[in-house]
Amino acid sequence: MIEEQPTSTLSAARDGGALPELAGKSGPEFWRSLEELSGTERFQDFLRREYPDQAEKLLSEPERRTVLKLMGASLGLAGLAACTKQPEERILPYAKNPESTTPGVPLYFATAMPWARGSIGLLVENHQGRPTKIEGNPDHPASKGATDAFAQAAVLELYDPDRSTAITKRGRTQTYDEFLTELRAELNVQGARQGAGLAIVLPTIVSPTLARQIRELRAAYPQARIVQWDAIHRDEARAGALAAFGKDVVPARAYDKARVVLALDDDFLGGGPEAVRAARDFAPTRRARKGRTDLSRLYVVESAPSVTGTMADHRLPLRAADVEDCARRLAQRLGLDVKTGEATSAKVDRWVDAVAKDLQANAGASIVTTGDWQPAAVHHLVAAINDKLGNVGKTVRYMPPVDCLPQERGQIEALRELAADMQAGKVEALVLLGVNPAYDAPADLDFAAALSKVPFKAHSGLHLDETGIVCEWHVPAAHFLESWGDARAADGTVTIVQPLILPLRGGKSAIELVNAMLGKGGESAYEAVRATWQAEKPEAFEANWRRWLHDGVVPGTAAATVATTLKAVRSEPRPAAAGIEVLFRPDPTIWDGRFANNGWLQELPKPATKITWDNTVQLAPALAARLGLATGDVVEVAVGGRSVRGPVWVSPGQADSSVTLHVGYGRKRAGHVGSAAGFDAFALRTSGAAWMVAGASIHKTGETFAIASTQEHVDYDIVQTEVKKRQILRVRTVDRFAADPHSLDVEDRHHHLGETDFYKKAVQREIATMGRPVGEHQWGMVIDLNACTACGACVTACQAENNIAVVGKDQVLRGREMHWIRIDRYFDGPVDNPRLLNQPVPCMHCENAPCEVVCPVGATQHSPEGLNEMAYNRCVGTRYCSNNCPYKVRRFNFMLYSDYVTETLKLQRNPDVTVRSRGVMEKCTYCVQRINHTRITAKREGRKIREGEIVTACQQACPTEAIVFGDVADQKSAVSRLREEPHEYGLIEEYNTKPRTTYLAKIRNPNPDLAGLESA
Amino acid sequence: MESLPDPTRPMKDHPQPDARDALVGPGHTIASITDKISEIVLSPLAKTPLGWHAMMGIASVGVIMLVASITNLVITGVGVWGNNVPVGWAFDIINFVWWIGIGHAGTLISAVLLLLRQEWRTSINRFAEAMTIFAVACAGMYPLLHTGRPWLAYWLLPYPNTMGMWPQFRSPLVWDVFAVSTYATVSLLFWYTGMIPDLATLRDQAKNKIAKLAYGMLSMGWRGAASHWNRFETASVLLAGLSTPLVLSVHSVVSFDFATGIVPGWHTTVFPPYFVAGAIFAGFAMVLTLALPIRSFYGLKDFITEKHLDNMAKVLLATGLIVTYGYAMEAFAAWYSGSVYEAYLLQNRLSGPYWMFYWALILTNCLVPQIFWYAPARRNVWILFGVSMSVNIGMWLERFVIIVQSLHRDFLPSSWGMYSPTIWDWGMYLGTIGFFLFNFFLFVRFLPMIAIFEMRLLVPKSGVTGKDAPHHGTAHGAPAPALHDHVGRS
Repeated sequence: MIEEQPTSTLSAARDGGALPELAGKSGPEFWRSLEELSGTERFQDFLRREYPDQAEKLLSEPERRTVLKLMGASLGLAGLAACTKQPEERILPYAKNPESTTPGVPLYFATAMPWARGSIGLLVENHQGRPTKIEGNPDHPASKGATDAFAQAAVLELYDPDRSTAITKRGRTQTYDEFLTELRAELNVQGARQGAGLAIVLPTIVSPTLARQIRELRAAYPQARIVQWDAIHRDEARAGALAAFGKDVVPARAYDKARVVLALDDDFLGGGPEAVRAARDFAPTRRARKGRTDLSRLYVVESAPSVTGTMADHRLPLRAADVEDCARRLAQRLGLDVKTGEATSAKVDRWVDAVAKDLQANAGASIVTTGDWQPAAVHHLVAAINDKLGNVGKTVRYMPPVDCLPQERGQIEALRELAADMQAGKVEALVLLGVNPAYDAPADLDFAAALSKVPFKAHSGLHLDETGIVCEWHVPAAHFLESWGDARAADGTVTIVQPLILPLRGGKSAIELVNAMLGKGGESAYEAVRATWQAEKPEAFEANWRRWLHDGVVPGTAAATVATTLKAVRSEPRPAAAGIEVLFRPDPTIWDGRFANNGWLQELPKPATKITWDNTVQLAPALAARLGLATGDVVEVAVGGRSVRGPVWVSPGQADSSVTLHVGYGRKRAGHVGSAAGFDAFALRTSGAAWMVAGASIHKTGETFAIASTQEHVDYDIVQTEVKKRQILRVRTVDRFAADPHSLDVEDRHHHLGETDFYKKAVQREIATMGRPVGEHQWGMVIDLNACTACGACVTACQAENNIAVVGKDQVLRGREMHWIRIDRYFDGPVDNPRLLNQPVPCMHCENAPCEVVCPVGATQHSPEGLNEMAYNRCVGTRYCSNNCPYKVRRFNFMLYSDYVTETLKLQRNPDVTVRSRGVMEKCTYCVQRINHTRITAKREGRKIREGEIVTACQQACPTEAIVFGDVADQKSAVSRLREEPHEYGLIEEYNTKPRTTYLAKIRNPNPDLAGLESA
Repeated sequence: MESLPDPTRPMKDHPQPDARDALVGPGHTIASITDKISEIVLSPLAKTPLGWHAMMGIASVGVIMLVASITNLVITGVGVWGNNVPVGWAFDIINFVWWIGIGHAGTLISAVLLLLRQEWRTSINRFAEAMTIFAVACAGMYPLLHTGRPWLAYWLLPYPNTMGMWPQFRSPLVWDVFAVSTYATVSLLFWYTGMIPDLATLRDQAKNKIAKLAYGMLSMGWRGAASHWNRFETASVLLAGLSTPLVLSVHSVVSFDFATGIVPGWHTTVFPPYFVAGAIFAGFAMVLTLALPIRSFYGLKDFITEKHLDNMAKVLLATGLIVTYGYAMEAFAAWYSGSVYEAYLLQNRLSGPYWMFYWALILTNCLVPQIFWYAPARRNVWILFGVSMSVNIGMWLERFVIIVQSLHRDFLPSSWGMYSPTIWDWGMYLGTIGFFLFNFFLFVRFLPMIAIFEMRLLVPKSGVTGKDAPHHGTAHGAPAPALHDHVGRS
């Protein structure tokens, strides 16, 4: 009561009501009279009581002890105060909350990732202005919500700390205005000469706005050279289309309608944006279910095992050079008038016979396809075969290529001409927009030397790369997540690219730079894009614009079918090339080197080999045996007077005498992550032989090199035997499955002591009753092994979603990679042509989890919803749980792997997921943050969590929808239905771990006519 | 005081039973034993044998290595070692189990053999106990430091805390904490209690003032009164009673770390007895490894006689056979179980990438000790030393085979991996050996390495002083008053 009194008195005094002495006084007098008022006893009382104890003590005569105490305390407190001087900081509250922003709740924006082959439609998760995670845009017709690993990793590229930070002229920082001044001066000179000395090199243009600008530029500088360059180009396909139809068209294939697919050296499921759509269309035709066994059949002819090859029912390893003859033989069998080569192979003939029969039986419902690396003749042959089979108009249609600015010549041809002009001194001003020809141009063009002949060179790129460093000017490029733009997808659909964040490094997009070249520097990229589309679709533009941005799709922009007339195949078969052929292929994870500095992609195990951080000289076991080589031997590969050195990778299933080199490695100026990795296969690639070259020689150097593969090189036969014995990856043929769906169940389980059926029943009983009485959810996952292509999108998606650290090659070599989901790869069959089997393995969330009982501190526990959870803060790091985990899905922070230092990388982190420090165990959580987020939403809306409402990161990214997650307590959920499938099984079930993640066995659809051929 | 034998009088005139089986060498009196043993401790530094200085030098290098290894480990993380996924445990737990095993001989000798009235234990029990203490100290470092966050390792202890968290009692690692800490405590108490009469002797014999003071404090006012002896004996028997189950329990619990796991090669019912036998096997090997050089350096052949060596060799042979049976049972179970995982484990042990380790284990642990069937080999110091070193290595290999060879290829072939130790693995391992030797040589120098008062009891037993010590009891449990007088004289 006493403490309260002064305040109440004081407030009463302010009111002037409680103190009767003040009553009646007002105005200035009121304040002056306070001193007068202090005379009153009541006011004295108030003063005394404001600080009841101390005040009185201070007023009274100090005692000696008190003085000493106070002095001591003052001294102590003075010291204390000196330690805690706070720097002056200003905090700014969200006084004006940005529209529709709630801290902690992410926003999603639709955009697209531009790519030479067509963009991928994306939804980007944005936390308070930071893009953190990329998801596929389900409304986008070209990808239908799926993404690939490249798109998943793009967000890391955005935050790459090695991105160039400043506009530089010969290494010295300059302003944008200074750059523009010099550029304009140069352009003025060129303008007078109609741009005769001007050249612009940029990647294949998929942006209608950029195409419009370039056309305007061409109008202003008619003589200027515009070169579109991508190291992974489609020159051969283009030439093939020209030969077949007289115009450049690309085949659009409807895999969802095909019964039989033949891929002639075409990784149509595995590389680039088209693959995402292809995989999504193809997967449903492979879904074996009880009572649904009409699977499509896939034949693959290829030289090196690829993602597509792992999906094949029949895979024929063939040298890339021999594919043409194979195609000719097939065409002949199908009744086309084509010539075939001399050489014959009984095996190939039999194979081709069977395939031809199958294709004919499915005429109109089949697809034959070939890859961009096959010569034009093969493309022509394939077009003829599809035509002959009546597929055109049904499963195959032709549409214009994705390029918005038609190319009159092949890209190599254009680049060769440019290089010659540069050498001849005809190019005076060169603008390079987002290309790196000093690194990836064909070796024989010697582009770096040609560059030195050009007086004015300006380069724009995300990094100060091999090209940027030799150019006078370098302008940091804006990332696609930082800039306005537009981009066409493979099917022609346009997405408006909208920025998710202001340029982190002050970069300029290509649209802005070309605008500046046009003298329209005042117009922003935003205005330029709007201008394009206002002209394109003027009706109700503002409303539509908002809709396009929201949906991520501009409707009605899909490419129309092009009417074609096929020309007969007149080409002569090429003479069989002898010796060892060398193939140049884009790297499965870093493509042409553009992603070399992306740690996620460097550490993503490559689908067939599980190699990280390196490229290799990939060759067949038989060839390795002939040359006396083993994995890890460093060899020199020489062809055409050029040579490179790289480590050997013996690859089961590789065609004999065919050596695959993946390009994109050996970067000198990629950044901290990518500069040291691998060797540069571009050094061997010439403009005349962009994809394959025969007559290579391989010499052993005697050195060895450690290749970091996430799957150890264990004895081939032992693994095969053990995998079969342990029933880890169950495979059945579709006929057997159709005849007796439970054959797999009974036979496989019988093997393990006959007890497993008991467990199975127990599990089912438990699932059937678990949770439902109290209305709880029980989470589970089913992975369809028939659908998984091992593309790796899930691995990278998980890495992005869950703040998973990149550990580096050295740690991968030690077996310490951190991926929460991995894709196991096994071989089945003879080493020269095995079947490749893939198995994604996240945490099994065992109901009887062996990891939980052994943790001494209880850091891993079971949630009531069936999740096996990690409490990172409680973990002391004994690693016992990892030892006791039969699936080895637990990952340990042996060192401080998370980057706590680099500022830009912090921006990428998912704020809903703990960044794990050194010494703690981690593993897949079934994206518990997403579950909780949905739970909160549902609770707030007063409803239950809906089926399909929670989508894990891996599930979202999966192009083939192989991963299904949901509530297993809900009998109607998709995941529950899949758990009822006869071919559903759990890994190492006989240990009674009761895994919540289970698998649908792989159901193959082999052609009976080919029985026994592969193993022969 | 008449009953005191004349320390100067030679005792040659007494009949010698069989010199080869004597537990005390000929010619010893109570006084000569006292002098001989206390002299090692009380002699001035200059008189310390050169060998001691050399060994201390080597051991000190090891200690420095240990400090450096631990510093790097704590600063950088467990990643400095070669551990990985799937091999989450490697040198850390191998060495933990190895050291714990070595400690077992000390407890067995001091407790079990005491209760069984095995007098031959007398001369070796003190340093075997010391060995236990130091081995447990080395062992204890590993579970602590092998954690990812060693500064939080105390979370394994059940203590009231604001988090309201207890350890997870289902985990064998928690059982380990109890087993090992109990073991360390009881061993330390046993060792120290047993030393008190000798510390009093040293206090009485010491000329140096500091030594007098130090031993005086350590002897806790021991005067050798009958009441002291009474309590001492009661305490000894009680502690021995406490220690005896520990001999069985500690290594059984350590084996649970593996046996309760599901890893093929770990989940084995034979583990508890086989681990205990292995521990005794390892411990006796280490006792021999230490006793043989010391016996020779300090001229203690009269106290650690051939009889002792012979007995220890027999223990090695017996426990070695039990361990061999364990290996055989593992192989049999792998075949008999019909489990594909166990079957592959056996195949992998015999012919996998680490096949050499397994066959070396069979050689060192099973085959080499068989030489002890041949009696003269049991008394040949060179053979004894050779076999003991072989067993030391073999028992390390056994843990390597169990831990690394089981983990590196378990259930899913996709996750199979290899393990190779780093320089820091070796640094810490050799460091703990250095630390062990450092402590051991400090002990040899500053504390009585052979129990003086117990040895004195053997003098009449050896038949040499029978008539001079008529009051002497038959067992050391009832010491003679004469001894009390001697010990307590001050």
